[in-house]
Amino acid sequence: MKVTIEVNGTVTSHDVEDRTLLVHYLRDTLGLTATNVGCDTSACGACTVLLDGESVKSCTILAAQASGHMVVTLEGLAGSELHPVQRAFRERHGSQCGFCTPGMIMAVVSLLRDNPKPDRDEIRLALKGNLCRCTGYQNIVDAVEAAGS
Amino acid sequence: MIPAPFDYRRPGSVAEALELLASPGAALLAGGHSLLPLMKLRVVSPDVLVDVGALAELRYVRLDGDTVEIGALTRFCDLVVDPVIREHAPLLARAASSVGDRQVRHRGTIGGSLAHADPAADVPAAVLACGGVVMVHGPDGARRVHTRDFFLGRCRTALGLGEMIVSVRVPRQTHWGFEKFTRRALEWALVGVAVAGESVVLINMGDRPVRAGVTEAALRQGASIEQAAGLAAWNTDPVDEPHASAGFRQHLARVLTRRALQRAAGRVPGGLS
Ligand SMILES: Cc1cc2nc3c(=O)[nH]c(=O)nc-3n(C[C@@H](O)[C@H](O)[C@H](O)COP(=O)(O)OP(=O)(O)OC[C@H]3O[C@@H](n4cnc5c(N)ncnc54)[C@H](O)[C@@H]3O)c2cc1C
Ligand code: FES
Ligand code: FES
Repeated sequence: MKVTIEVNGTVTSHDVEDRTLLVHYLRDTLGLTATNVGCDTSACGACTVLLDGESVKSCTILAAQASGHMVVTLEGLAGSELHPVQRAFRERHGSQCGFCTPGMIMAVVSLLRDNPKPDRDEIRLALKGNLCRCTGYQNIVDAVEAAGS
Repeated sequence: MIPAPFDYRRPGSVAEALELLASPGAALLAGGHSLLPLMKLRVVSPDVLVDVGALAELRYVRLDGDTVEIGALTRFCDLVVDPVIREHAPLLARAASSVGDRQVRHRGTIGGSLAHADPAADVPAAVLACGGVVMVHGPDGARRVHTRDFFLGRCRTALGLGEMIVSVRVPRQTHWGFEKFTRRALEWALVGVAVAGESVVLINMGDRPVRAGVTEAALRQGASIEQAAGLAAWNTDPVDEPHASAGFRQHLARVLTRRALQRAAGRVPGGLS
């Protein structure tokens, strides 16, 4: 089937199998590989992107479901400068191996849109769908707090 | 993990969805957050996926006298913030806010959650506690099924072949309590309790959401909350697993019921966040 999805501000249109997952459309069809597949079971959040501005797990959405909609991946965040959330992650060392980071950052962008100044408990609760095996979360929470202020 | 091949269809109306649903091997797709994981594991492999997720006509919340009507495609994140839900059916807002994580709540719908009928699910128990009625459309027209008759077993409901949920109607109810015990933040309830007015429903204590009938009867006869909650695990049959024995779950049911009833009676603080 033909899907048409606006990705990072550019309208993309491709023939794909009906069963194509959004994450595979982004990575394999478009070559946008920032979005990672971690668990592939809807649990880890590494594949988080924005769909019409809201955080979603792209391993649990069909490209067909996103057809006619807008997707933003990590590649679409920075303009000539880093996005404030990216900058905060860099300054506060919110990333170690970096595998969870693209999904984590997209989840944070969505969170800050709904709650621009979350406290530390709210940050932890809001990011429970994003697992990180490296940082112990401390610096991630610091980064979100900094980005929110 | 990639699902087995299927034909994807996106109907433009409920009537068209019902037509497509009549084809052999067809299944409805709403938020996809129960169905797609099962399809990726190839536990189920529908031939035709009828994606109703974009049907705006089924995404609404409205107050109709003393009843709140919720379109089947209303998502968990919508229930959490909707002013009508928060004022007139706050238990549903609270239960929805405890589902999965933000990403899951951006996709999952009340209709999908009811139809999937997982005994560990949060919102179906809350709808049952409120005395909700499921509005169904199908090949033979429209019918209404009270939630007390809707859940027939683990992931089994009274929905017939070719039928779909179009909305849920719940009576206004502002006395509520909700408790959910999880081992880790992201998990489903090990045990949960939803209280609305006089009714107490246990989550994950059997093959479907179950009324704590003995507790309800004790309360009607004037028992204290503590006494009544002590009876919450009567006639329950929770699963027995290495990480949570049936006995432990029954203990949790009693403790969580006490807390939820205290919350409903206004004896402990805590509202919607
Ligand atoms: C990581 C993760 C964590 C989760 N945690 C929780 C949790 O803590 N608590 C909880 O309660 N749930 C949890 N869920 C499940 C949940 O959020 C699902 O979204 C929900 O159970 C199903 O809703 P859906 O709209 O996604 O339905 P879908 O997956 O699209 O459909 C589910 C089933 O219902 C049928 N269906 C869908 N809509 C209709 C309709 N209108 N009429 C008739 N049949 C219909 C479909 O054919 C399918 O069989 C979790 C899911 C994930 C992925
Ligand atoms: S890869 Fe999508 S949630 Fe883990
Ligand atoms: S930085 Fe390695 S998983 Fe998060």
